[in-house]
Amino acid sequence: MLSKRIISCLDVRNGNLAKSVKFVDTKDIGDPVSKAKEYYDDGLDELVFYDITASSDDRNIMLDVVEAVAKQVYIPFSVGGGIRSVEDASKLLWAGAEKINVNSAAVQRPALIKECARAIGNQNTVLSMDILKVEIGREFPSGYEVVINGGRTRMGIDALTWALQGEELGAGELVVNSIDADGTREGYELNLTRMIAEAVSIPVIASGGAGKPEHLYDVLTEGQADAALVASMVHYNEYTVSELKKYLHDRGVKVRLRF
Amino acid sequence: MIAIVDYDAGNLRSVQRACEHVGLDAEITMDPEVIRRADKLIFPGVGSAESAVDTLKHRGLDTAILEFFASGKPILGICLGLQIALEHSEEGDKECLGIVEGVCERFMFSDKMLKVPHIGWNEVRIVTAHPMLESIEDGDEFYFVHSYFAHPTSNANVFGQTTYGDRTFASVVSRDNFFATQFHLEKSGEKGLRLLSSFADWNGSC
Repeated sequence: MLSKRIISCLDVRNGNLAKSVKFVDTKDIGDPVSKAKEYYDDGLDELVFYDITASSDDRNIMLDVVEAVAKQVYIPFSVGGGIRSVEDASKLLWAGAEKINVNSAAVQRPALIKECARAIGNQNTVLSMDILKVEIGREFPSGYEVVINGGRTRMGIDALTWALQGEELGAGELVVNSIDADGTREGYELNLTRMIAEAVSIPVIASGGAGKPEHLYDVLTEGQADAALVASMVHYNEYTVSELKKYLHDRGVKVRLRF
Repeated sequence: MIAIVDYDAGNLRSVQRACEHVGLDAEITMDPEVIRRADKLIFPGVGSAESAVDTLKHRGLDTAILEFFASGKPILGICLGLQIALEHSEEGDKECLGIVEGVCERFMFSDKMLKVPHIGWNEVRIVTAHPMLESIEDGDEFYFVHSYFAHPTSNANVFGQTTYGDRTFASVVSRDNFFATQFHLEKSGEKGLRLLSSFADWNGSC
């Protein structure tokens, strides 16, 4: 039986680990390579790095981080942030990433998903979506809207429509990130996660809002997510990856315990 | 020297890095001559069987791999490398290498919550002992990413099985000096690296 995955998300700025609250007020909290290795040794299933480096001049630092991680960590990891072309994606894959995450650039130019899927494979092309809760109406039948630029720009696109379009264009997985829940540590957006997970036939990774172990349980059961993304709850050493897995296992969720 | 077959199918550097990590000298190559000279061969890959088989043929690598198999030297297939080793794939209705009798089929589920591709960590149950499998335990989990699975004609070629939904498929397949996994051992943590180390020690007999 397939295990539910625990994925840790590391925001990297200029080569350093950063953590944001509601996508603003970002602070640096350490070295991403040693953090990645620590989680790997503790049984993490997968890693995501988001390059939040502001200046595109500094993007090559990310390639060095990816290279360094790939030499120590033998689980899948993906990289997102600032990927605008197949060339950007290929560089990251060559440096050692397993998959790439496209987000804002794909909303602005959906063909990017198709191009990446064709060049590096559907299974390696992850569509990451930042989503804001809005009023249900003609423009947003699902009650959720796609936003970009870390939540600063509303796009006028219905989130469910975009998820289905992303799948159609060739995304192999979806990261569903709730802007409302991000950084609150009050739990994932269950309604949003379940709605998308039930609509698409590719795996859904829930993101934003994890603060307690039961939040993971809720999103992996009620929320129908295939994987749960965690950040601050492990970055600040409040919980370890193995503790979270033990908790889920004890509550009957299938996770990988022997590693 | 271990040769890693380059046929534009996925991230071969990951496989090479994992080899380096366990102390194996591995070269990525598309040169049939380098393959002939190698002591062992790794046949990895992700992507579509259809284009992969075409690329193999175009580069004369299909013959090189079959000759390598006939020589009795050890071959390790990974993911697509397993699927293409069968006789036929449903993916693009493609004739494959035929090292192992059988076909490659696509996952089909009526339950929509069973996502395809099958992505993530799943258990491998060892159904027949094999020298390559001595370093792992029955029920250990490995990382899978695939929409198609191997269906060997004979159970004698099935050494490990995995269940996804209501489908149990061959996740470890071997015939003589050919050994292959559906999962990505280069992305399966320490257990996967252990299998790679076993490949370093394996002489190709079972």
